[in-house]
Amino acid sequence: MLTYSDKIKDHFINPRNVGVIQDASVVGEVGSMSSGQALKLYLKLDEAEIIQQASFQVFGSPSAIAASSALTEMLKGKHIDEAARVTADDISEYLGGLPAEKMHTCVMSMEALEVAYARYRGIELETELDEDDELHICRCYSVPEQKIERAIRDNNLTTIDEITHFTKAGGGCTSCHVDLKMILERVRAEMPQPKEDKPAPKIAPGGNMTNLDKMRAIQEVLDREVRPGLAMDGGDMELVDVQGNKVFVQLHGHCNSCASSTTTMKFFVEDRLREMVDPEIQVIDTTEHSDELHAPPMR
Amino acid sequence: MTDRPIFLDNNSTTFPAPEGVEAVLPLFGEIYGNPSSTHSFGQKVRHEIELARENVAKLLNCKTSEVVFNSGATEGNNTAVYAALDGMPERKHIITTRVEHASVLEVIRYLAEAGYRITELSVDRLGHIDLDELKNEISGDTALVSLMWANNETGVISPINAAGDIAKQFGALVHVDAVQAAGKLKIDLKEELAIDYLTISGHKFHGLKGAGALFVRESAPFLPLIRGGHHEDGRRAGTENAMGIVAMGAAAALVNRNLDKHIEHMKKMRDRLQGGLLAKCEDVIINGDQMDRLPNTLNAGFKYIDGEALLMMLDAADIAVSAGSACKSGSMEPSHVLLAMNVPLSAIHGSVRFCVSRYTEEGEVDAAIDKIAGIVKRLREMSPFGHTETRQDALSAEALEKHKAYFAKV
Ligand SMILES: Cc1ncc(COP(=O)(O)O)c(C=O)c1O
Repeated sequence: MLTYSDKIKDHFINPRNVGVIQDASVVGEVGSMSSGQALKLYLKLDEAEIIQQASFQVFGSPSAIAASSALTEMLKGKHIDEAARVTADDISEYLGGLPAEKMHTCVMSMEALEVAYARYRGIELETELDEDDELHICRCYSVPEQKIERAIRDNNLTTIDEITHFTKAGGGCTSCHVDLKMILERVRAEMPQPKEDKPAPKIAPGGNMTNLDKMRAIQEVLDREVRPGLAMDGGDMELVDVQGNKVFVQLHGHCNSCASSTTTMKFFVEDRLREMVDPEIQVIDTTEHSDELHAPPMR
Repeated sequence: MTDRPIFLDNNSTTFPAPEGVEAVLPLFGEIYGNPSSTHSFGQKVRHEIELARENVAKLLNCKTSEVVFNSGATEGNNTAVYAALDGMPERKHIITTRVEHASVLEVIRYLAEAGYRITELSVDRLGHIDLDELKNEISGDTALVSLMWANNETGVISPINAAGDIAKQFGALVHVDAVQAAGKLKIDLKEELAIDYLTISGHKFHGLKGAGALFVRESAPFLPLIRGGHHEDGRRAGTENAMGIVAMGAAAALVNRNLDKHIEHMKKMRDRLQGGLLAKCEDVIINGDQMDRLPNTLNAGFKYIDGEALLMMLDAADIAVSAGSACKSGSMEPSHVLLAMNVPLSAIHGSVRFCVSRYTEEGEVDAAIDKIAGIVKRLREMSPFGHTETRQDALSAEALEKHKAYFAKV
């Protein structure tokens, strides 16, 4: 169990400003049932654009309730332009610091505020959070890619765990960790880097093979040893990527539906590749299984 | 009404039986010898431990020589897995299920790194494994089949007799985690039952924390996990946790005398709780099979609210329950058991486990129902999806339809 500060507990047990403001000037709504949290923020402004009343409705954990409550308290009496500058960190600080795992609740509060502000000013939001399942990297919590990219940039995140703390992405079945890693690498590469000497890249234990050579060798083994067998059952295996000793594959057709058969498959393929290409190889199955909510993969 | 805090988390641990506590008290006084010593100080403690062994053997209906005392079920599960694999060195396949306790699942997943092939049997929407899947996966290479008698989160009971028989046809060893079965179901390890190892833990049936027992059938291979002495017949080294063992023995004796009554009482309390919650709260689903289920367990999903919020509000109202997996560190992760059962995450969010014990009183259940219903209502009123008037205007008609469609699948 997490331990919460007294201030968080207070805002959770006695949340301030719960409910609907019938004649709100603007409403900001984020989240969804499937993402496990949602917030609706109501603001009422006077003629000078000072926030007179703020209220909320929330679905989520104790910290989501506390963060929403804190946000409404922080907004009251502020000019809307000033209010719009409140960040997730400000909310966390107001509550005496949230546990890292719960930072995503402050992020949600901030997003609701952003939506409300954009609506009030008639600005189109570049990252209108999409409900469309196809675009979600983390399907367990319905987290879209832009949200992950942004969290990495805004908060200078460096690990998958941190991404989970800020966005919830990857906190469920963990099957998207491969994607998160790729997004993390890409976004960090795009980010301005503090200058430092890079350590020399490690030489792969597979001798002097370049990545391309290795990929070809792996493809050959798959073509010769693996795919014909799968084809007999109406299936196929695609080589998605090779990164160092990590080999990413995807199953198609008949065999992508059953997680236990893919486990068996993984070991078989790994065995062959270790024997024929490189003893250090690790096979990673990136197939989206039809029952996507199965237990976390073995690690 | 009752003013005492109400403990509805009896699958995580239980109230120590007063009879057990009393039996232990002398061990805090003059009966303090080392049970391995030959002098009478030691022999007095040895005598108490052997009495406990008899009571535990009776609880399981096995021989006293088949009972190995240890520090609890986590140790018991680790020991059983390693002992079985050591006894079948030529076999490299292990079968377990996706819904096991971490003390089985993590050990076995770790063994994948040591070159074992692992099959984790899936479960259906009610939490049951499929015996046909077991038949398809098992082979002459299977060293061990490990599955739990009853699930700690849902209370769902496994078909261990049938599964054991299938395992035996292939000569595989069978381990059963019976932690949640002890004190709640009749355990009878008669010889025709195909179980080679079975784990129990004292604190789950009104003993003390830190003492458990591993049943090792006389015919089963064994390898100690902890070495360094001749204790427990060379099967578990280290000076015995005499207090824990004596308390577990006393707790076992109470179960041996009154199990039927205990079951009847727990079932009555659980059913009262379930009936009351279903009557007073709308949109509640029961997770797991309601027929093949422990008499004390109720796993309920309250739609539109978050389980951790419910748990913490209940805690503030002096009612202890659990949500997700209590043993997970740090954050509340979605339960791997409910995930494996394909309960949609949106329903898992609001899932909470209520577990009564034989000490739970009717007044406590009634008070709990009222408080839970009140808090569920309050959280739903707070929620933009809450099942109240505000929900109508809080959500567009289209969004509402979407959510309805979502839950129609649940
Ligand atoms: C099914 C199951 N197995 C094993 C354990 C571990 O037991 P112990 O606390 O004795 O280590 C538990 C308790 O959390 C359990 O519920």
